[in-house]
Amino acid sequence: MSLLEVTDLKVSFNTSDGVVQAVRGMTFSIDRGKTLGIVGESGSGKSVSTQTLMGLTPGAKVSGQALFEGQDLLTMNPDQLRRIRGPQISMIFQDPLSSLHPLYKVGWQIVEMIRAHEPNVSKADARKRAVELLGMVGIPQPDRRVDDYPHQFSGGMRQRAMIAMALALNPKLIIADEPTTALDATVQAQILDLMLRLQREFDTALIMITHDLGVIADLADDVLVMYAGKPVEHTDRRSLYYGSHHPYSAGLLRSIPSGAGGRGGRLIPIAGQPPSLISPPPGCSFHPRCPYAMDTCRVNEPPLREVAAGHGSACWLPKEARGLGPEAEQLRENAVAEGRTEVGA
Amino acid sequence: MSDVSGDVLVKVEDAYKHFPIKQGIIFKHEVARVHAVDGVNLEVRRGETLGIVGESGCGKSTLARCITGLHPLTKGRILFEGKEIGSSPDKAFRRDVQMIFQDPYGSLNPRRRVGAIIGDPFDIHGIADGAERKRRVQELMELVGLNPEHYNRFPAEFSGGQRQRIGVARALALKPKLIVCDEPVSALDVSIQAQVINLLKDLQDELGLTYIFIAHDLSVVEYVSDRVAVMYLGKITENAESEELYAKPRHPYTNALLSAASVADPDEAAKRERIILTGDVPSPIKPPSACRFHPRCPKAQPICSTEEPELIVREGDDADHLTACHFPVQLGEHLARARAGIAQESTEPTLGVSE
Repeated sequence: MSLLEVTDLKVSFNTSDGVVQAVRGMTFSIDRGKTLGIVGESGSGKSVSTQTLMGLTPGAKVSGQALFEGQDLLTMNPDQLRRIRGPQISMIFQDPLSSLHPLYKVGWQIVEMIRAHEPNVSKADARKRAVELLGMVGIPQPDRRVDDYPHQFSGGMRQRAMIAMALALNPKLIIADEPTTALDATVQAQILDLMLRLQREFDTALIMITHDLGVIADLADDVLVMYAGKPVEHTDRRSLYYGSHHPYSAGLLRSIPSGAGGRGGRLIPIAGQPPSLISPPPGCSFHPRCPYAMDTCRVNEPPLREVAAGHGSACWLPKEARGLGPEAEQLRENAVAEGRTEVGA
Repeated sequence: MSDVSGDVLVKVEDAYKHFPIKQGIIFKHEVARVHAVDGVNLEVRRGETLGIVGESGCGKSTLARCITGLHPLTKGRILFEGKEIGSSPDKAFRRDVQMIFQDPYGSLNPRRRVGAIIGDPFDIHGIADGAERKRRVQELMELVGLNPEHYNRFPAEFSGGQRQRIGVARALALKPKLIVCDEPVSALDVSIQAQVINLLKDLQDELGLTYIFIAHDLSVVEYVSDRVAVMYLGKITENAESEELYAKPRHPYTNALLSAASVADPDEAAKRERIILTGDVPSPIKPPSACRFHPRCPKAQPICSTEEPELIVREGDDADHLTACHFPVQLGEHLARARAGIAQESTEPTLGVSE
């Protein structure tokens, strides 16, 4: 049994402009000790989905199922959820400054968390553990820094402190929501290195939400590519890079300088803008931007089907048309020629 | 590096920009200063793109603002086409040098229509008004890939990428010679980023623009720049042709930055040697002595904290490749395994994992 199994998760919000369908059916699972990367652009639903699992989206309409060790997170009452959040599943957020309380000392915030879940631990013991944790995540002189306020920490140190907090109760799953986006390149390298080492040490499962394909290449076992509230491709990191099937994933790779398009050549951007989630386009939500859109794409929504072993893609193109090579390109073009009846559509 | 060279558009000579930190209620006195730009020499040649990379707080944006005349320098001088930019640049200079900002949300007035925003430069410089102004604005909108019919819309009706195009159109209005792009794509999504980068490149080819392109994303800078300057804590640590810099980085900091850059290819990512620096960027209020990188440098020796290395051509390099380091990195050296010869504050995790 997987550690976490999410089935057909849907999340929507009522706003004055209409119902925003932030997540429109998401299915995935993650095993103990593994890393799942979720990539997508802003508004693709990657953060909302995981926040919903943790009960952090009040006012949202939620359907589906999310089994964590056999218990459904979505039907739990707030009290039960509280007992999961922290000791079982913990989170690391993007902005370490706004996720630490500015008026309390960093150590105090870690102590509070430990004691909230383990009331028998004495203050002195909890503090000792806080110092240990800070040292573990590489904060110099942890016995002194434990009494600092968050503003006395640099951005990288704050993120280290957040990681220390996330690890404090030895959770089985850590959800990291763009943990390195706000950090500089050299500090990002430190933090990713640290997370990898800690994950190996504690055998924790990790869900890494990011928009950076470089982060995925570094540490994800499995990757879920999200577009307009839905996963469009689900595979491992190597087949995503070398054999992506969905035109959106391929488009992402071609539009970054360090990806398939870069080094001297011209970047190939994805045309157009992401769709509105209030009235997503009919059929495949990517069809207005897709260079291979066929007639069927405008009407029928492609399911996430298996195109190779362990490789799912939500696209009507032939299963063999994977990767960016000339062969796959030919297959795509043939399919498009057959699939388009209107001239110039 | 000759003074008479005709193709140098901007020359920065020993530029300093310090921001005072003041305290006191009535009689404010200076208690400290932020050394944002601390002795920078730089040249931008006509028609090229000079990339400036560095982490937050390294002074790259301040330097850019000094070049556009938004901040007067504390010391030193900046020459534009051989003429010094004083503390109040004239209108001709303002016309020739334009800027594109990072945040496409904060840099456009939400209460003004797009046509008015892009048309402002025409008003200010008294170049066109009425129907002529509208025609020119719509031309610009078309040039940057916006629908000219959206002339009367408000910024809120545009997406992030489109807003950045508005910023580009505004910068182009007066046919400038130099455009300073301060992180123009870092607020945009990946797929939109590529659209804006391609647009900037096309415009450069078409209009013969010179760019100063500031970014923290090394792969973007490599992609757009002819030459690259690396900044660390107010100083330039390395300056070279883009290809040369990425192929043969000499400064340990450049090496660390490059090894930390994001690589989308999983096999490449696994192969490369990551240099994990110790600690964070120190405060620019009290920058470290001599070589500012010494508290984090894997090659640091005692001399690095006492004697400042000059930004000069090092042995075996092209005449254009300047490095400020006592111990430049040799090709094939394994920096990730190097250990500094001086004491540094460690940020090594205290794990049970044996190295």
